[in-house]
Amino acid sequence: MDWSFPPEAEEFRTEVKAFINEHLTDEVISSTHEGTIHNWDFHKKIAERGWLGGAVPSELGGGGKSALEMAVMIEELQLAGAPIDGMGVAIVVASVVLELGNNHLKESIVPKLLSGETLVSFGYTEPDSGSDVAAAQTRAVKDGDEWVINGQKMWTTMAHIADYVLLLTRTNTEVPKHKGLTFFIVPLNTSGIEIQPVHTMGTERSNATFYDDVRIGDEWRIGDVDGGWEIMKAALKYERGIAGGQFPSPPLIDAFVDHAQTSKRPDGLTIIDDPVVRERLVRALIDVEVCRGFAYNTAFLASEGVMFGVEGSMTKLFASESYKKHSKWFIDMAGAEGLLYLGEDEAPVGGLLDEHFRHAPVTTIYGGTSEITRNLIAEGLLGLPRTR
Amino acid sequence: MYLRLNSDESAIKDIFHSFFESECSIERVRLSQHAGFDTRAWERLIETGAPGMCLPEQIGGGGAPLTTGAIVADLVGEFIAPLPFIEHLVASRLLASLAPDHDLIPALISGENIISLTLQPTKDDHAKLVPAGTIADAVIACKGNDLVLASGKDTASLLRNTADLPLAHRTLNGAETIASGNEAMESFSRARSEWQALMAVALTGLGRKAVDIGVSYAKERYQFGVLIGSFQGLQHGFASTITGVEGSHFLSNRAVSALENDSDLGDKLAGMAFLFASEAALNASATSLQYHGGYGFAEEYDIQLFYRRAKGWPLQLGDPGVEYQRIANLCLPSGKVA
Ligand SMILES: Cc1cc2nc3c(=O)[nH]c(=O)nc-3n(C[C@H](O)[C@H](O)[C@H](O)COP(=O)(O)OP(=O)(O)OC[C@H]3O[C@@H](n4cnc5c(N)ncnc54)[C@H](O)[C@@H]3O)c2cc1C
Repeated sequence: MDWSFPPEAEEFRTEVKAFINEHLTDEVISSTHEGTIHNWDFHKKIAERGWLGGAVPSELGGGGKSALEMAVMIEELQLAGAPIDGMGVAIVVASVVLELGNNHLKESIVPKLLSGETLVSFGYTEPDSGSDVAAAQTRAVKDGDEWVINGQKMWTTMAHIADYVLLLTRTNTEVPKHKGLTFFIVPLNTSGIEIQPVHTMGTERSNATFYDDVRIGDEWRIGDVDGGWEIMKAALKYERGIAGGQFPSPPLIDAFVDHAQTSKRPDGLTIIDDPVVRERLVRALIDVEVCRGFAYNTAFLASEGVMFGVEGSMTKLFASESYKKHSKWFIDMAGAEGLLYLGEDEAPVGGLLDEHFRHAPVTTIYGGTSEITRNLIAEGLLGLPRTR
Repeated sequence: MYLRLNSDESAIKDIFHSFFESECSIERVRLSQHAGFDTRAWERLIETGAPGMCLPEQIGGGGAPLTTGAIVADLVGEFIAPLPFIEHLVASRLLASLAPDHDLIPALISGENIISLTLQPTKDDHAKLVPAGTIADAVIACKGNDLVLASGKDTASLLRNTADLPLAHRTLNGAETIASGNEAMESFSRARSEWQALMAVALTGLGRKAVDIGVSYAKERYQFGVLIGSFQGLQHGFASTITGVEGSHFLSNRAVSALENDSDLGDKLAGMAFLFASEAALNASATSLQYHGGYGFAEEYDIQLFYRRAKGWPLQLGDPGVEYQRIANLCLPSGKVA
């Protein structure tokens, strides 16, 4: 085994770190505390460097950053706590359109996505279908040259700042659920679309989106009619490694260490000198190293052109579950002050311990719940019988 | 970056896999249960060159990197082999690094003589609970600021233990000093890290096999008219468990590579991998044992052997809580005077 990154990836790491130092200011990080998990300025700066396009595979006409360079970038951005959800979506959708989209979509959307001007949101989940995503019921019906869409999506995160939604619809009710789906990229300013905020326990805001006789032309369809599952698979394929989620804990650990070094417990002991605290910190640091092993492995597999599945599932499961545990430990170990809300003057490290505790639970839910992930591991890696 | 075995490494793995299949089958492991050592298997291991594989070529060793030793260590774990491969490898490298011309070296390279090291603090001339203590012809121990070598098999008697390990107290009476001061402490600490990293790899092999045993059982056993492996409760338990084992695979191999490359991270990663692998392996064995139901508790079923080794191998180093504190001191600051 060889764990070293090639020199160009190490050089790129240095470049990304310098970029983070310059552009990931406290204001950028705290801007997401308003609820919108995207920061346009930061996103555009990444785009200006050519890194969004760079992440698109070169066989699709992208800028040809290697899988290992991408892994390095995603790692560094996560370690620093940068807002990268929008970046992930842009890269995924651009890649899917370039692979499977028509010329209209390639020309009208991809350049704007890769220059950081526009965003797409994901419209998969519905009020009655989440884990069972193929059970989507939002209807698209052909009417002459146009499609008429009716239905509702839930958790259309970033739709309120995006120009488009990658929309999963049902076009055929007579066939098994996976075979009657069709995808569209729908401009969100089309009449008949309503976006309502969904506020969450975490700081982030999501949306419910409503589609009432929304009419769009066939040029907005991506993939075949009833062939939507292929698009879903392609989106998942490009999401691997790009979507982040491998390193949620380091910003929390850093924040806690800052706090623990300068604060005393009621009995006068500096928090960081408590052996129980120290053991837990080491356990958290070990978990991060484990995440690193998983993340480097998926990067390696991607660099070999291997379509990995279960390896990504294990990464996601381990990273999110351990993060949730860490968020509980560190708020506890700050004592009652740990409860003070994000932005509260007296809150330890600005309330980050509170913020992480409220944010962590979503990481084991979105992007495939831990339960679904365990199903995939049991079936895919251990060969246990499928139960659904 | 290449995170699989390369073709040379795969070939080595295949050779040793055949070796362990024939010399450390579970029947053989059970036969040597009381001694914790299989003399015949060690004699055959000598024929493969494994005992001296990771010693420098200049002194007659195999010249293989530590990463090759890790391939064998993984199999030691998978087969819960009653062979002191890791202790011997680490202790002989330690001696070779300090005293390459020592008389004992040729017999250690061949494997005719077995050497081990103490992992517990020594007191006066007593080395307690020495790994491979019943079989080692020589033992390296830390004594104050000295490293000493006690050669010659003494009449150490086996101490029965949780994990069927060949543990014994040894005397350091008459031991020769092989290094002192900083050099001694640094070399010993390096050997200890190598032991931790290779043990982490072995525990990973053990954990993977333990899950495999449990999953196989779940594909055979029916209750309520269905295979127990179809119950989601079991599936999820197995899935979480194998995720821990795979995590320990990557971390422990990264630790071995870091030591091999003399990276600054070697010591820290070895300790981290050791702690993580210890928990992952025990969790794997305990989970699979649980999913055997009552049979898992029966001596006749193999999973109990894995459960006991998963605890016994790492605990030879002492309370993991102490190790957590050591790693904390390596990576964490202490309180500022506020
Ligand atoms: C903040 C946030 C942002 C999100 N952003 C987006 C977005 O941008 N776009 C988008 O499309 N979606 C988004 N999602 C939706 C997310 O992907 C879903 O919430 C998730 O897939 C789970 O679906 P559900 O909420 O309907 O839960 P359900 O599927 O109803 O699950 C409920 C519970 O049942 C369990 N369960 C379900 N099926 C099984 C099974 N087969 N075996 C075992 N257990 C099972 C689940 O694990 C869960 O614990 C977001 C969600 C949140 C909370």
